[in-house]
Amino acid sequence: MSKFSKKRGKSTPAISTASLPDIIFMLLFFFMVVTVLRDSSLMVKVNTPQASELTKLEEKSLVNYLYIGRPTDQYKEQYGTSPRLQLGDKFATVDDIPLFLEKHKIKVAENKRARITSSLKVDGDVTMGIVQDIKTQLRKSNQLKVNYSAKPKNE
Amino acid sequence: MAKKSSKDRLTNEINAGSMADIAFLLLIFFLVTTTIVQDKGITVKLPPWSEEEVDATKLKTRNVFSVLVNAQNQLLVRDEPANIEQLKDRAKEFIMNPRGQEDLAEKPTKAIISLKNDRGTNYETYLEVYNELKAAYNELWDEEAQSKYGTEYSDKMPREQKKAIKGKIPFVLSEAEPTSFGEEK
Repeated sequence: MSKFSKKRGKSTPAISTASLPDIIFMLLFFFMVVTVLRDSSLMVKVNTPQASELTKLEEKSLVNYLYIGRPTDQYKEQYGTSPRLQLGDKFATVDDIPLFLEKHKIKVAENKRARITSSLKVDGDVTMGIVQDIKTQLRKSNQLKVNYSAKPKNE
Repeated sequence: MAKKSSKDRLTNEINAGSMADIAFLLLIFFLVTTTIVQDKGITVKLPPWSEEEVDATKLKTRNVFSVLVNAQNQLLVRDEPANIEQLKDRAKEFIMNPRGQEDLAEKPTKAIISLKNDRGTNYETYLEVYNELKAAYNELWDEEAQSKYGTEYSDKMPREQKKAIKGKIPFVLSEAEPTSFGEEK
């Protein structure tokens, strides 16, 4: 009896919190991995319009982004105020789209290539002319899955 | 002797209690800076590119629901000026034709929505119109799913059910080459 109680008394120190940092670090790494830092800084102003019939873009790696909008104040003097297309981190013209799509395509596994989606992030204030040219170019390069990026409508 | 060894152990142990605080600080920093970007939008399937224009004259006019948007962002629905608020209900009525009217679609499978805009149309207006037309179809699919299967239409539905619904009410939206009256210079 005495032996038993003695052993118990010895083995009840404070709960070890030594593994707490490990747990927190695990959470931290999770968030660090999940966080997607925008890889291209925007040179055009993009304020997408609101819509209600939205679908979610599933796999990030299967999506390429095309930004269309008017140049921001920083680039206004150099590039004017008419709507421009931005691919990656630089201004581009419609003719650069096929190469851009091809560059993205080779990074994607072959069996997934049919599911590549182009996300058009278009400013609501842009006229349809440039959007139409880009759509035509996408059709010509056989990139038919397109997602018009939009914000959910707040009721 | 025994006392000394216990003292030794105490000095050798680094206090790791504050480690959690440091990790928490980093965690909170990442929690705050992370904006889980919700990438949402209207998914569209573009038609494959072909050199020749689709000839719309072969279609019966009663089966075509034409929507025109001009450079002033005004709507012309079936040759009459219209409001964007009425667009969804008109499209739904056109597709289903519940009262069997002469001038609306013969049946949902024959209904075609034709959208035409100008190069000077605002993108916001264009997307709003597109959204309304898509909403019309989504609501019809929903009604169909409710009456047939008793559930609301969603991506989680079995594939055959979705196929059956889409076979009955197919989403046909043809976009004509835009006019260029109000092109921005």
